[in-house]
Amino acid sequence: MKKVYVIEDFCIGCGTCMVYCAAAHSEYPKDLLKAFKLSSLKPVPRLFIEEEEGNSYSLMCRHCDEPLCVYSCISGAMFKDNRTGVVKVDKERCVGCFTCVIACPYGFIREGSENGRSLPLKCDLCKDSFDMPQCVEHCPNEALRYGEE
Amino acid sequence: MGINLVMQEYEVLRNEAKCIGCKICVNQCANNVHRWDEDWQMIISDDKYCVNCHRCVVFCPTGALSIRKNANDFTFNANWENRHIKNIYRQAQSGGVLLTGMGNDRPYPVYWDKMVLNASQVTNPSIDPLREPIELKVFLGRKSALNEKDEVFKDDIFPWLELDLPVMFSAMSFGSVSLNVHKALARAAETMGTYWNAGEGGVHADLKKSMNHTIVQVASGRFGVNPAMLKEAAAVEIKIGQGAKPGIGGHLPGEKVGQEVADTRMIPVGSDAISPAPHHDIYSIEDLKQLIFAIKEATDYKKPVAVKVAAVHNIAAIASGIARAGADIIVIDGFRGGTGAAPQAIRDNVGIPIEFALAAVDQRLREEGIRNEVSIVVAGSIRNSSDIVKAVALGADAVYIGTAALIALGCHMCQKCYTGKCNWGIATQDPKLVKRLNPEIGARKLVNLLTAWQHEIKEMLGGMGINAIESLRGNRLMLRGIGLNKKELEILGIKAAGE
Amino acid sequence: MNEGKVRISSGCAIAGIIDRKREMFSGTDIIESIAVMHERSNGLGGGFAAYGIYPGYEDCYALHIFFDDKGARQKTEDFLNCNLKVGMTEAMPLRKVKTVKKPPQIWRYFVRAKEQKLMEAGMSEDEFMVQAVMKINKTIKGAYVFSSGKNMGVFKAVAYPEDAGEFYRLDEYKGYLWTAHGRFPTNTPGWWGGAHPFNLLDWSVVHNGEISSYDANRRFIEMYEYECTLQTDTEVITYIFDFLIRKNNLSIEKAAAVVAPPLWEQIAEKDQKNREKLRRLRGTYGSLLLNGPFSIILSASNGMMALNDRIKLRSLVAAEEGSRLYVASEEAAIRRVAREKLERIWAPRGGEPVIALLEGADDIFLKQDEAN
Repeated sequence: MKKVYVIEDFCIGCGTCMVYCAAAHSEYPKDLLKAFKLSSLKPVPRLFIEEEEGNSYSLMCRHCDEPLCVYSCISGAMFKDNRTGVVKVDKERCVGCFTCVIACPYGFIREGSENGRSLPLKCDLCKDSFDMPQCVEHCPNEALRYGEE
Repeated sequence: MGINLVMQEYEVLRNEAKCIGCKICVNQCANNVHRWDEDWQMIISDDKYCVNCHRCVVFCPTGALSIRKNANDFTFNANWENRHIKNIYRQAQSGGVLLTGMGNDRPYPVYWDKMVLNASQVTNPSIDPLREPIELKVFLGRKSALNEKDEVFKDDIFPWLELDLPVMFSAMSFGSVSLNVHKALARAAETMGTYWNAGEGGVHADLKKSMNHTIVQVASGRFGVNPAMLKEAAAVEIKIGQGAKPGIGGHLPGEKVGQEVADTRMIPVGSDAISPAPHHDIYSIEDLKQLIFAIKEATDYKKPVAVKVAAVHNIAAIASGIARAGADIIVIDGFRGGTGAAPQAIRDNVGIPIEFALAAVDQRLREEGIRNEVSIVVAGSIRNSSDIVKAVALGADAVYIGTAALIALGCHMCQKCYTGKCNWGIATQDPKLVKRLNPEIGARKLVNLLTAWQHEIKEMLGGMGINAIESLRGNRLMLRGIGLNKKELEILGIKAAGE
Repeated sequence: MNEGKVRISSGCAIAGIIDRKREMFSGTDIIESIAVMHERSNGLGGGFAAYGIYPGYEDCYALHIFFDDKGARQKTEDFLNCNLKVGMTEAMPLRKVKTVKKPPQIWRYFVRAKEQKLMEAGMSEDEFMVQAVMKINKTIKGAYVFSSGKNMGVFKAVAYPEDAGEFYRLDEYKGYLWTAHGRFPTNTPGWWGGAHPFNLLDWSVVHNGEISSYDANRRFIEMYEYECTLQTDTEVITYIFDFLIRKNNLSIEKAAAVVAPPLWEQIAEKDQKNREKLRRLRGTYGSLLLNGPFSIILSASNGMMALNDRIKLRSLVAAEEGSRLYVASEEAAIRRVAREKLERIWAPRGGEPVIALLEGADDIFLKQDEAN
């Protein structure tokens, strides 16, 4: 399946991906300023930037073939879309137990909340609002690639 | 330490209504202008470190930042301009030479802008480059007279460089610029069918596969020079001088000499790489001849040898001497040429404009009947396609671009190359900063720039009714001067507009 | 304003006829041929070059000279007597023609270089003559040598070409090769020296077009002891062929490939030998590429070559009829004078030379050393 890959040599750790990721998953997915200034909840990015030994990497859900988050979900809310391969959360079913957060071996799921309800936050490849993951679209150094492995 | 008499040069203006506190500015500024303050819970900017490189401005996702020149001027004084006062403060503080980067920024006349081009009307048809071929191929090197009876005609005795367009990338050393700059230049040169110059200090091992598009330098420090490199390169350039700092050598400080630079230059890590002002084996023209032929011997006479000099007062005679010393290509670098580091006093006051130097050299070589025995390449602030067309019309075979190429790679001309903290990943060896220049993006932008210029050059040539660039070379009737006095017109060898 | 003081562009008509068997014919044919193209000139310049017209004087350079006044003639004759052996001297035989106004004094001299002078100068007789002609034209005010070849002559005037032909009584001469030119300058030169053909030694050139590469060509050729005093395309074209063929010994075909080379993409398609040859030629003599529109006829004692610019921006037609070969700006000009049925009539492609040499000749220019 198509996923986002980081090209380590060119990730400069600027955080532009995080800004656009957060906005894309906010109440105003297509307006950066409104997303950050008008949203009732602070926009939270779904991806992470790791830095080590001067190198940085932008990282996010790998949408695993053997998704431990899905297997561990107690309510059946976390599921892998058969058609797209994207691992997603069914908000209606989620009980906010965060077993998935613990189960993810990479730590790519954040604890979050929406309207007072606890919810796990994770990369959905921006499928809801965009054709292209916004981290890839806006990476200033072309360090993120969206495609087959 | 006391107070600093030099006021901040720039002010960072942050539109708080637009700032989302994302901290991209914080992590992008290598000069530590921006920082996140836990007490204020906001980003604070310390203006005095700002060099106006625009990295934060360009990267701010909401456009919240702008940089202004600090409005605090000294009392108006046409003689004691701000810069003089500030420089005195600086030197009174440091006791040192003022350093700067990039080319001469003083308001000397730019003669490219005082020349206009011709176009065909009625008596001669203009040519549409979309419908008819217009040829930009150029050969650099010695052109011996061909004679039906001579063997010269059959054998490739004099090697040529073949350029698909009359533009090459000027010498910028690995050390003064990052490896990613070299990678971008090398790829672009290969794609466009031209050459890039690696500058003094050799070519990084990663670029060995591009050697047939690489011109290597033998400069006064001889850094990185070895027989294999000379043999593999497309051509060898002896660097005598540089337009930004004629008469001055080079100094790559030890802190920029990391493992990779050290390996390439063949010097110990952390050692200063000092290129002397003159070549200590060239104190006169006959010595130059020896070096030229030593290089020709080392390359089995298969590679053209170029000699690069700064445009100085006596350039015509110097160029004639270089031609007679056996150089295949003369490179003349005008006083607006760029540099990674030069004393400001030198950069701003030494040398002459490339337009005059070129006109004088081309004319002198013709008067001596040896113009076809040597190619002329000019450098020193070629800014656009029309500068190239005008240079060729004045008599150049091709041009070198350095600054323009760096601008294509993202340079914002802050003139702080010598600090090693280039936020654009260009004039730096800091691995974190070097990463900021993705050579693939860089190569693409350089290719785009040259492609765009290629189109524009063809349009201008077509307009003049010329379909091959060689018919423009030295074709000074295609130029007219505007706002030039008689002497200037005479030196440029062109007529005034309306004549 | 004379040529030399200002650069004047012009459109034109050209025509040429050669009999490759050296059969002689009068100037009537070429006059008729060029007269058909009356519309292409405007009465401000017309002229002819004729080869084989001075039998009995083959070894002498025939100098045709315009003089503005007697003083210029005196000075010129002093110069000639000092440097040359002057044989037959006469005023040019002329016929009064109403439309040919204010002619200068026109004289002709049959000369050879003095051996002593040749020794002193250390050059060939041809080279010596070139220098002598250039010296007269440059230094003697009011004198202009407009023809200096052997057994050939140029005849030109500020007039329509057919009137110039009448004026010079060309019907009374017989030659094996004739070219003609009718001029349409965009300016008023009013100077006889500025009319075409242009001549140097045996070379003569008639030309229609405007060379956009002029200054590149001029500045290059001036490196090799030519001086372009007229600032005309024809002058520089003549020098270029003299340089390539006479001085550098290149064949006529190679010279054509220098001034009108194939495009690089065409060169790339050739076999390796030709590719390398053309690359070398074009790379070496790129500054001699004639750019912009032109059709030219280059003639010398052994023949003529007609050539178009490489993208054919000017008209040029060629035709064959037995030993005769015709070229002209327009087909009508050829059909008017063709004697029988033309065997072949065609429009040469851009950059493709039409070369017509006398039978037995292996190159266009008869080298003096070989001739002697």
